[in-house]
Amino acid sequence: MTKPNTYQRGPDSDGHFGIYGGRYVAETLMPLILDVERAYDEARNDPAFRAELSSYLTSYVGRPTPLYLAERLTEQLGGARIYFKREDLNHTGAHKINNCMGQILLAKRMGKRRIIAETGAGQHGVATATVCALFGLECVVYMGEVDIERQAPNVFRMKMLGAEVRPVTSGSGTLKDAMNDALRDWVATVDDTYYLIGTVAGPHPYPTMVRDYQSVIGEETKTQINEIEGRNPDTLLACIGGGSNAIGMFHPFLDDDGVRIIAVEASGEGIETGRHAASLTAGEPGVLHGNRTYLLQDGDGQITEAHSISAGLDYPGIGPEHAWLHDIGRVEYVSIRDDEAVDAFQLCTEAEGIIPALESAHAVAHAAKIAPDLPPDHLMVINMSGRGDKDLESVGAYLKARGS
Amino acid sequence: MSGTRISARFDRLKSENRSGLVTFITAGDPDRGTSQSILDALPEAGADLIELGMPFSDPMADGPAIQASSLRALKNGANMKQTLEMVASFRKNDGQTPVILMGYYNPIHAYGPEKFMADAKRAGVDGLIVVDLPPEETELRQPVEAAGLDFIYLTAPTTGDDRLPHVVEHAGGFVYYVSITGITGTKSAKAGAVETAVERIRRHTGLPIAVGFGIRTPAQAAEIGKFADAVVVGSALVSRIEENLNGDGPAAACRDAVLGLVRDLAGGLKS
Ligand SMILES: Cc1ncc(COP(=O)(O)O)c(C=O)c1O
Repeated sequence: MTKPNTYQRGPDSDGHFGIYGGRYVAETLMPLILDVERAYDEARNDPAFRAELSSYLTSYVGRPTPLYLAERLTEQLGGARIYFKREDLNHTGAHKINNCMGQILLAKRMGKRRIIAETGAGQHGVATATVCALFGLECVVYMGEVDIERQAPNVFRMKMLGAEVRPVTSGSGTLKDAMNDALRDWVATVDDTYYLIGTVAGPHPYPTMVRDYQSVIGEETKTQINEIEGRNPDTLLACIGGGSNAIGMFHPFLDDDGVRIIAVEASGEGIETGRHAASLTAGEPGVLHGNRTYLLQDGDGQITEAHSISAGLDYPGIGPEHAWLHDIGRVEYVSIRDDEAVDAFQLCTEAEGIIPALESAHAVAHAAKIAPDLPPDHLMVINMSGRGDKDLESVGAYLKARGS
Repeated sequence: MSGTRISARFDRLKSENRSGLVTFITAGDPDRGTSQSILDALPEAGADLIELGMPFSDPMADGPAIQASSLRALKNGANMKQTLEMVASFRKNDGQTPVILMGYYNPIHAYGPEKFMADAKRAGVDGLIVVDLPPEETELRQPVEAAGLDFIYLTAPTTGDDRLPHVVEHAGGFVYYVSITGITGTKSAKAGAVETAVERIRRHTGLPIAVGFGIRTPAQAAEIGKFADAVVVGSALVSRIEENLNGDGPAAACRDAVLGLVRDLAGGLKS
């Protein structure tokens, strides 16, 4: 494959990143998706919309988030100089609200009264419920029953915020099934409902729109690291579920040749066990949830269940732009197991007093693997996509079962 | 040569001055043997065209009844190869009844579209409905045409007049009108609204129009059949399978229950 002039121009007008992406949805939804695309294009080019979004990001979300030098972690690992981009300090505790704020303003602009969303870890559900409370809109969140159990604190938060949490029992009862049910809801409620997708998945324009709303992470990081260190980072690290925090961090750096970019998938109990969520490392291209991308599937094209201790990474697909960046070689995709993520969760908590989300702990775990072999002037930025309060119970249970 | 069985069947329905019955079952539900016995007996019970569902793990446009039916089939070993084998077996005794495969794109993608179309044609398939492939995604058009199959497009209440010409432009066989905004088997449309919609679609295409999603009873079928060229019934049929799984001799009970409803539906359309 030849190297393109830029990695930042995609997608094409039909939402394709190379052969990935597109709009694979039932006809009933197609006119709606075209509406969302039109509305998004208009909003994006409207200075008043951009100003409103920017104002809410500052005064409500708490942006810009700090870029923090993790000195004790740097010292303990004994190599690269490690920074955290503190998305965990956003209102509601994760990067998810960057996207929700953009999309809720769009939904309002489109005159929609009812918002639906899917959620895995519950972070996107909480962020959606929050912006719905802020603007007085009805909110229904689909959540797999397995996830409802392991992310109980977030379920409670959503309910307190006035959202209805609908348990999803179909399939494996996790994120992909929640997305199926949200799509089923949308087909039946096309008139008044907006589907607020939480990651860079779904049909065009969602992967592009969500990326654009999350790119504030990378833009701020670029300004901040240049202010602090006078140059770009050498390595960027982020975890990948659907891929929104990662693409948000990466996108502004894609054309900066010197920046090594690494995304971390969840390999659950290990790739070889088959119980993992590593769609790029171990999946095949296919079509699900409105786009073509890498998927965990069997030889007959049936989607297989993903497994990860982290509910937010427990998805059998990945955003189509990542599929393209993978094939073209601009971003490296690696994977981290449950046990390694839990170790990194403890390491980060003890060294820095920052309890990372289990999702983000996957990125920390990979940093712990590669940082020791890098020189002290190597600048590494980890996207701390969320805080880990929601995971304390899961980690406690895991450690108990492991006997440590 | 494309669509010969489908167009011949609609020609005959026209000459008999009646609306056709399209029956949907999922291939391999609840198991291969029972499903084959139902499939083979559908024409005799009154099905004019057959839609055979290709089971998929994530049927996003389907309601609980068809979701469950897909999962039953998959649990009992259904796959794309078996679905084609079922059609080939059906074709040994029936050269006339059109068979249309209906499902989602990913299993076709995994099989390899060119190979799938060729194998489907060889098995005796006439047409294809791929729910999650709108006309904007054109990649199956060439393989479908090369194999001489009809690609049947869905239109919906949300498909406006500006969009309809684009949707029917490459349609073959017939046009499928999804009569409700919703998933299969969940609500029913008012006949008056459906009639208006069918008239609207007729202004854009000369192809026959079949109406589906939300038709469950012989009375509903008869009402829609007054103006549609065919009516599609699916969820009500696969629900009969679910209801008869746990009794004595479930295979015969499932078959008889499904075929009984098919007879009633066909009777409703003929009266
Ligand atoms: C804190 C956190 N990080 C990461 C993710 C993974 O999503 P994405 O890959 O879209 O960033 C989630 C998803 O729930 C999350 O809550």
